[in-house]
Amino acid sequence: MKALFGLLRKETYHILRDRRTLFVLIFMPIVQVMLFGFSISTDVRDVRMVVIDPTPDATTLEIRDRFAAGGIFRVIGVARNARSLEHLFGTDSAQVALVFEPSFGEHLAAGDPAQLLVITDATEPNTGASRQMYVNAVIQQYESDRGTPPGAVRITPQVRARFNPTRKSTNLFVPGLMAMVLNIIAALMTALSLTREKETGTMEALLVSPLRPWQIIIGKVTPYLGIGFVSVLAVLVVAKVVFQVPMQGSLALLLAEGTLFILVALSFGILISARTSSQRVALLAAMMGTMLPTQMLSGFIFPLESMPRPLQWISIVVPARWFVFIARGIMLKGVGLGYLWRETLVLGAMTLVLLVASARSFKVRLQ
Amino acid sequence: MNIASGVRGFARRTLALARAEVLHVVRDRASLVQIIVMPLIQLLVLSNVATFAVKRSPAYFVDFDRSATSRGIARRFAASDLFDIVGQSASPDSANEAMLRGDATIVVTIPHDFERALTRDKSAPIGLDVNAEKGSAAGIVQSYAAQILTDYSAELGQEIVPTRSNVVGGVPWEVPPVPNAGRIDVRLRSWYNQTLDYKHYMVPGILVALVTMIGTLLTAQNIAREKEMGTLEQLNVTPIGKAEFITAKLLPFWVLAMVDLMLGLVAARLVFGVPMRGSLVLLMGSAGLYLIVALAIGLWISTLVETQQQAMFTSFFVIMIYLLMSGLLTPIDSMPHWVQIASLVNPVRHFVSISRAILVKGAGITEIGTHLAILGLFAVTFLTLAIRQYRKRAA
Repeated sequence: MKALFGLLRKETYHILRDRRTLFVLIFMPIVQVMLFGFSISTDVRDVRMVVIDPTPDATTLEIRDRFAAGGIFRVIGVARNARSLEHLFGTDSAQVALVFEPSFGEHLAAGDPAQLLVITDATEPNTGASRQMYVNAVIQQYESDRGTPPGAVRITPQVRARFNPTRKSTNLFVPGLMAMVLNIIAALMTALSLTREKETGTMEALLVSPLRPWQIIIGKVTPYLGIGFVSVLAVLVVAKVVFQVPMQGSLALLLAEGTLFILVALSFGILISARTSSQRVALLAAMMGTMLPTQMLSGFIFPLESMPRPLQWISIVVPARWFVFIARGIMLKGVGLGYLWRETLVLGAMTLVLLVASARSFKVRLQ
Repeated sequence: MNIASGVRGFARRTLALARAEVLHVVRDRASLVQIIVMPLIQLLVLSNVATFAVKRSPAYFVDFDRSATSRGIARRFAASDLFDIVGQSASPDSANEAMLRGDATIVVTIPHDFERALTRDKSAPIGLDVNAEKGSAAGIVQSYAAQILTDYSAELGQEIVPTRSNVVGGVPWEVPPVPNAGRIDVRLRSWYNQTLDYKHYMVPGILVALVTMIGTLLTAQNIAREKEMGTLEQLNVTPIGKAEFITAKLLPFWVLAMVDLMLGLVAARLVFGVPMRGSLVLLMGSAGLYLIVALAIGLWISTLVETQQQAMFTSFFVIMIYLLMSGLLTPIDSMPHWVQIASLVNPVRHFVSISRAILVKGAGITEIGTHLAILGLFAVTFLTLAIRQYRKRAA
């Protein structure tokens, strides 16, 4: 036991001594929350609009005013013809064009249908669709203000956005961010620190010491468990203080699940280090095995339902997918183990499988 | 003649070192995987993953009204191709359950006396509970639902007008003269991406991420490895000059990244059918300029670190900030104003805009001129920074 504590102390010194890496480990989570908080947003606002109005009159002016007053659109230019449209869209100066047909107002006054062409830059499809919606809403409002045609009925949707009423995207990615940070710290750093001992030849010294193999692993891994725990707390604090991310459910349960997830990541790191002998290969394996799947297949940024079926199946073996579901459940929906026991079991089973696999491939002897 | 021989000597020494570099890359399996396999996997997988496309959303119906109209609404939802009806009952509890479990994205609640209110008051409310946990998709789902309801009420309006209930006291109900009764006929047109295919938007951006990774990460890692193994010191005592060393280090990765970009473009065209409306020559030219920036950043990082591990972490960190703030994943216009201004110094942002403008919008040099000029400025700045920071002597 004394030997184990000795190793633990040595490991802690190692980590504390590499200032640059330690700095990155501590600040990365905090900076990441900030970055995601400010950058990941898909709100539609301040849409740059250009109006093509061949025959301006009171009607078209009023419609134009309504767009300018709505707060969502900013009219950047009014032209008589559509000649400059291509260039404006090409330079991204305009995102929506409102094209009135000639004598729009006259047609409307005469009771004829008056054509209005709405062109949107749909390079990004969802944003394009949202812009169309907002244009439609303004026009519909204008029409209903002019007087409802007889017989028309209206079904008025009363919308409630459950679990994330403000629709803030910050609330959505914090759980995924925790998974990502934990993967970097627990899986990547563990794998690297174990393979470094192999590369530099000091693993041999450890193996001939009175330490048992499991003690070596525990000694190497425990400090990272601590760092992982601290960074989860850091992420949560920043999320709460800077972005007011809610915590509907039990914090204790979330931390417990977080620890379980750290165990999964640590076991994966141990498995990688047992299978590889150089830091470069370990890095590649950790990136391919944890970082990329966590970023892409956990539903953290991109919704899993939108992906092709085969990718959805692959995501089943990605631990982060389950953790993200659990963490969102606890933080946003406020549900407890009653709803999350299945996901928790999956994570537990994954830890077990990974630990058994790495115990089997851990070699006491070096070639 | 001194200048000519000097140039020849420069070229000879640079090419010799560049050749050694290429041999290193080709010989090392891990590098080859990093350079050829990783980018292709990234492109193929990420293009399928990186989608916010809203497909059929699971909808749950809570129908308290049980009328012809409420059933009609359910039918419209089911027939719309945008929703899958996963459950239908008169119990809000089981709807709530479905949402908590994550089985339903939207719950449509039709209140008691819905049909009667609609015929009597010409207006009736309906509840739409959207699972906003799904982020931006929630807004789209909600608007799809609202659109179905609008269309349905227009249909109902036409049905209701000629019925007998509108005939008051045997006198046909007269249409009052509504001023300006003409309707606005709105035609919607989506430019550049008529099929609303997310891949057309994402693939040009992913290509940028791909060359950035190669340019910055590999350069930083490569020089850090030479430092770690002590071979940098050996290079430093050779007659090779600073500029020669840097050119020789950058050139192979510049070429590799360009080759990767070409491979990526071929894959984008053949596998994903991404449109290529603009000039590919212009795109490759801009990429060449952009890569100088990316490589110089990698070189700069390598002068600041000692080990490969540090190089990896630092480049990851820098690349992550750059990619997130580039408008690659989410539109720049949605970010807070100060972030938008800060993103102007992000080279990735400019190349993402260029790539999308050329491929998707068919923009020419006049449209992307500003971005190109800024990239040129970055290339000069970062290269100067990196070269000044680079020391031939070990500290």
